[in-house]
Amino acid sequence: MRYLPLNTNDRAQMLSVIGVDSIDDLFETVPKEARLEGLIDLPTHQTEQMVERFFQKLSNKSTPAGSVPFFCGAGAYKHHIPATVDHLIQRSEFLTAYTPYQPEISQGTLQTLFEFQTQVALLTGMDVANASMYDGSTACAEAVVMAHRVARGKKSKAILAPGLHPHYAAATQTLASTLSIKIDERECRMGRDDNVIDHIDDDTACVVVQSPNVFGEIVDLRPIAEKAHAHKALLIAVFTEPVALAAITPPGEQGADIVVGEGQGLGVGLAFGGPHVGLFACRQKLVRQMPGRVCGETVDANGDRGFVLTLSTREQHIRREKATSNICTNSGLCCLAFTIHMSLLGDAGIQRLATLNHENACHLADVLDGIEGVKVENETFFNEFTVRLSKPAADVVKSLADKGVIGGVPLSRLTPEGDPNLLLVCATETSSEEDIAAFETALKEVLS
Amino acid sequence: MKTEGRTTTPVAANMNSIQTVSGSKALDQATQLIFETGTPRRTGIDFPEPKGRPSRLGAHARQGEIGLPGLSEPETLRHYVRLSQKNYAIDLGVYPLGSCTMKHNPRLNEKIARMPGFADVHPLQPVSTAQGALEVMSVLSHWLMTLCNMPAVALTPKAGAHGELCGMMAIRARLDHDGASHKRRVLVPESAHGTNPATAVQCGFTVDEIPANQGGRVDMDVLRAKLAGQGKESDVAGIMLTNPNTCGLFESDIIEIAELIHAAGGYFYCDGANFNALVGRVRPGDLGVDAMHINLHKTFSTPHGGGGPGSGPTVLSEALKDHAPVPYVIKTDDGFDLVENPDEKSFGRMCAFHGNMGMYTRALSYMMSHGSDGLKQATEDAVLNANYVQASLSDVMTTAFEGTCMHEALFDDRFLKDTGVETLDFAKAMIDEGYHPMTMYFPLVVHGAMLIEPTESESKGELDRFILSMRSLAVRAKSGDVESFKQAPIYAPMRRLDETLAARKPVLRWTPPADVAEAAE
Ligand SMILES: Cc1ncc(COP(=O)(O)O)c(C=O)c1O
Repeated sequence: MRYLPLNTNDRAQMLSVIGVDSIDDLFETVPKEARLEGLIDLPTHQTEQMVERFFQKLSNKSTPAGSVPFFCGAGAYKHHIPATVDHLIQRSEFLTAYTPYQPEISQGTLQTLFEFQTQVALLTGMDVANASMYDGSTACAEAVVMAHRVARGKKSKAILAPGLHPHYAAATQTLASTLSIKIDERECRMGRDDNVIDHIDDDTACVVVQSPNVFGEIVDLRPIAEKAHAHKALLIAVFTEPVALAAITPPGEQGADIVVGEGQGLGVGLAFGGPHVGLFACRQKLVRQMPGRVCGETVDANGDRGFVLTLSTREQHIRREKATSNICTNSGLCCLAFTIHMSLLGDAGIQRLATLNHENACHLADVLDGIEGVKVENETFFNEFTVRLSKPAADVVKSLADKGVIGGVPLSRLTPEGDPNLLLVCATETSSEEDIAAFETALKEVLS
Repeated sequence: MKTEGRTTTPVAANMNSIQTVSGSKALDQATQLIFETGTPRRTGIDFPEPKGRPSRLGAHARQGEIGLPGLSEPETLRHYVRLSQKNYAIDLGVYPLGSCTMKHNPRLNEKIARMPGFADVHPLQPVSTAQGALEVMSVLSHWLMTLCNMPAVALTPKAGAHGELCGMMAIRARLDHDGASHKRRVLVPESAHGTNPATAVQCGFTVDEIPANQGGRVDMDVLRAKLAGQGKESDVAGIMLTNPNTCGLFESDIIEIAELIHAAGGYFYCDGANFNALVGRVRPGDLGVDAMHINLHKTFSTPHGGGGPGSGPTVLSEALKDHAPVPYVIKTDDGFDLVENPDEKSFGRMCAFHGNMGMYTRALSYMMSHGSDGLKQATEDAVLNANYVQASLSDVMTTAFEGTCMHEALFDDRFLKDTGVETLDFAKAMIDEGYHPMTMYFPLVVHGAMLIEPTESESKGELDRFILSMRSLAVRAKSGDVESFKQAPIYAPMRRLDETLAARKPVLRWTPPADVAEAAE
């Protein structure tokens, strides 16, 4: 077996050093009735070439986003990732290191995390950020739990805005369901986010508002923040597309207390939904209630600047049942990819990238709006928006796929109660004029 | 360079006597932060010119700079390559971090995960266009269920701790379904990983600790006493038990533990972080386990990546499987489909989308490469390597518990008694020897714990050198040379870092020097 360095001779010598006769002796503490004889009923070992061939066949059975005109967003975004990013994250020293618990030999990971935290704070307009969560949805759920911790059990309610991604709402509901958090979830509808203002009261621990929301609409967070703060509730701002934050007023400037979102759009591929990277930022005064790891600056014995994991008294390995979260492993390597992509972009690059996304989306919206049986529903948007079709969106998407176009996400796929004729579509810098023209042609045919 | 005629005899130098002007030390390059070297106008990516279409951002367009520095492509490469060289890694040397299973990460798996039919597929594109990805999930599920002898697996949890949440949520859903909502107490051994009690609480349970006995295993008398007499009326919801436990020992009474818990109407959550000791030799389903997460980023070799991402598929028993989270893959007449909306028994959704696909491909590639024979051999080699290390060190260090171990060897700090050297110092001295330290101060049940997990990936030669270093460090510690231990490491890219300062005055991000000056005024 190519991965196992020991040979029969080594094994025999080692057993004799240990002072046992056979490997079975080392499994003596296993109850007899649980000891397996022989091999488990699964195929035996295979060569590298055989394994590769097996997967190549399966890979060929899926349609990669890059191979067709492609318009899905709704929480995961197709962007071009520079070759440098994937090269660097595959360096052994990054790829095969564990969590940086020994800072003297982990400065590579630690400094990157410090850069990551700073970039996230800048992009969201917040004071501080942590070293990542699993993804945007779990970051959202943890933010709600954090807000209740901040309220010290004195408030029971979390209000979820109607434009919050239904999967984020569901993940939040799951985590909150066993704690004494009452979720006040507004039905997933378009153009109703402002309504949450009427539901904020003194029992409200937090309001969760996504912008751009799942329909692509950009929400003015300021009036919501104002009302929330008047009732000593926290505003949790959510985003699913980090590139959008380069184009719109950041949530931190609109009064958000916690900002959570998905970082996949920068540096991390679609990967059928994971691994992605959850971004988590908050105000300085809330930092000791934050979940997850954080990296901080310090000095070494020579007085040189270095970085360490810090504030760990919030975490499970120190605080156990009193920890702010149970999270341990996070999305380390995806943070690295995010940070490298951001470093390549810089301010000028990310703003340009955002402009290109927005322009392509505007073009797509104009084209789709001109088709009989299609109406763009948004007043504002960044790179994704919602169209109302004359037929159920799920059927339309199926027919489009048969024509070789992956034409967006039906709202009903995200939530069974969703309006069946609404389709969420997205264009990025990767959407070419030809792609958009192909979408137009196919959609006309399907709807006629 | 022509060396002919030049002297090639090196002259010994006094280390550390030269301060370099650059701050670099040959291959160890001084590295600033991108915020100090980059500028907002510089970029390493070329884009086409925008067309100048009118904006539809409404009143929400961002005003002004974000403040993000940019670097050209060569600067970016150099910055991160330099940083990478300040990291220890499995590919560099022995990484015996107990409980973390730092095994070889095959590069075939990286290649496969990047195949476009897995890497470039959107989670919400029509399932008819994602059949290959769904098939990988289905085949992986089959392997995991077969290795565990369990009837179901939830793939979506994104790491071990998320898997714990999955299992405990399923247990809670089952209890509530059965009208047993008074059962809210979860038994957790003292030796458990911190995520276990944290998870129990996050699921709305209370934690009741059970101590370890003299042999490092669950104290059965205490356990029986906690469950005595009440039958199913007991408020015990279940137990969270790691097996082999975090002392590296198989819980020999595990079948009886499962029976006792079941008799009390509770469920058995097994923390599967240490599954590397069992694969192919013991199936959790044969032990009475109701739920167990599997860390694909430990047992099945998906890379740790400096702290993640991971993946924590959770196998579920007959009693719990109807309560599994969505989404999951099913096989239909014309291929594979996804169930994305929960029925009334499912406890719901744990995250957006379908879990960490990128880890599924890697783990399955690893399993198929090994096959049933290779997986069993890997388990045996992991256990053999750990015992070899334990046997080779037990005369100079102190093993925490008598007898052989499973895949990791636990030592305590009794051998350092009265030397002035502590576990931390010993660990830092290992760095100078070229090794990543073992897990230290965990588990909490032994004093100054040192938990060594070599994994099956180490050759005998590599282990012999490691053992030699460890023995000589132990001898040096006992010889009274405290000072060299307190100074260690001296050969690492950094000397010991001031963690107290970091926590007392947290600096969690870079701030422009002007702002720092202003804040100080
Ligand atoms: C025994 C044990 N349980 C649980 C975990 C948590 O796993 P993860 O880090 O993948 O969340 C770990 C990881 O360090 C562990 O060692």
